[in-house]
Amino acid sequence: MAGPLSAPTTQVDPVVEDATSPDLPWQAVVWNDPVNLMSYVTYVLQKIFGYPEPKATALMLDVHHKGKAAVSAGDKDKIEADVAKLHAAGLWATMQKA
Amino acid sequence: MKSWNKTGRGERQVLVTEFEPQEVAVLRGLLREVRQMLEGRSAEAPVDELAKLTGMRTGPSKRPTDRVVARLLPDFTFEDADLAAGLRSLHEPELISAKLEVNQHVLESLPEEGGRVELRPDVADAWLTALNDVRLALGTALDVSEDMPDDLPAGDPRAEHLGVYQWLTFVQDSLVHGRMQVRERK
Repeated sequence: MAGPLSAPTTQVDPVVEDATSPDLPWQAVVWNDPVNLMSYVTYVLQKIFGYPEPKATALMLDVHHKGKAAVSAGDKDKIEADVAKLHAAGLWATMQKA
Repeated sequence: MKSWNKTGRGERQVLVTEFEPQEVAVLRGLLREVRQMLEGRSAEAPVDELAKLTGMRTGPSKRPTDRVVARLLPDFTFEDADLAAGLRSLHEPELISAKLEVNQHVLESLPEEGGRVELRPDVADAWLTALNDVRLALGTALDVSEDMPDDLPAGDPRAEHLGVYQWLTFVQDSLVHGRMQVRERK
C-alpha cells in the first residue's frame, strides 16, 4: 500500500487540450459573382445555416453591394465543411483566417 | 413555360409548371453537357491503390484548366496555395458526386416529351442547385457580367445563347420564390 506521497519528483503541467496553439477562428466568405441570383443566394444561406430570412437577406445584400461577406465563423473543420456546402450550392466561397 | 405555382396543402404541397418540348430539349442538352464536364474532371483524379482499398477517394490537387469547370469547382482559399490544393484534393470527389446527383434528379423528373412537372420540396432543392450549375456553366462561357445589356448587338454570336441563359434565370428565380413559400417536410 502506497503511503502519502512525498514531494513530487516530476512536475505535471496542467492539462491542455492540445499542445499546439488553438486554431484562430476561420471565416467562410461569399464573393459577388454575376450569375448567382439574389433570391437564390438568400435561399442558400437560409438553407445551409438556418439563418432567418432577414439575416440571410442582409448578408446577400452585403455580398451584392460590398463584393463579399463573411457568412459564418468557427474552427477550421467547421468552416471547411461550410465552404464545401456553399460550393455544392454553386456559390463562390472561400475560407480565410478571421 | 410559365412561373412555378404552389399547389396542394400542408405536407402535400408541390411546385408545378409545364414545359414545352423544345424547352425540355434545351435544358436536357445543357444538363448533359455539365455532366460530361464533371465526369471528365473526375477522370483526372489520380489512380490510387490505397483509395481503391479504403474507398476514400482523392481528387486532383490542381485547379481545372477549363474556366467553366473551374467556376463549378472553385478554390477553397486564396490565402495559402498548399491548403487550397489539399482541400481540393480532399473535397472535390464528393462535390462532383453531389453535382451529378442533383443533375440526375432533374433529368429524371423532366419528361422528354415536355408537359407537366411536379416537384416535392426536396426535389425542388435539387432542381435549384442543378439549374444554378447550368447557369454558372453557360454564364461563364458567355462572359456574363452584371452590366450586360438584355439584348446584345445584332451579329454578336452570343445573342442566341444569352436568350437561353435569360430563360434559365427565369426558371430558377421563379422556382426559388415558389420554394420559399413551401414548408420544409420533416
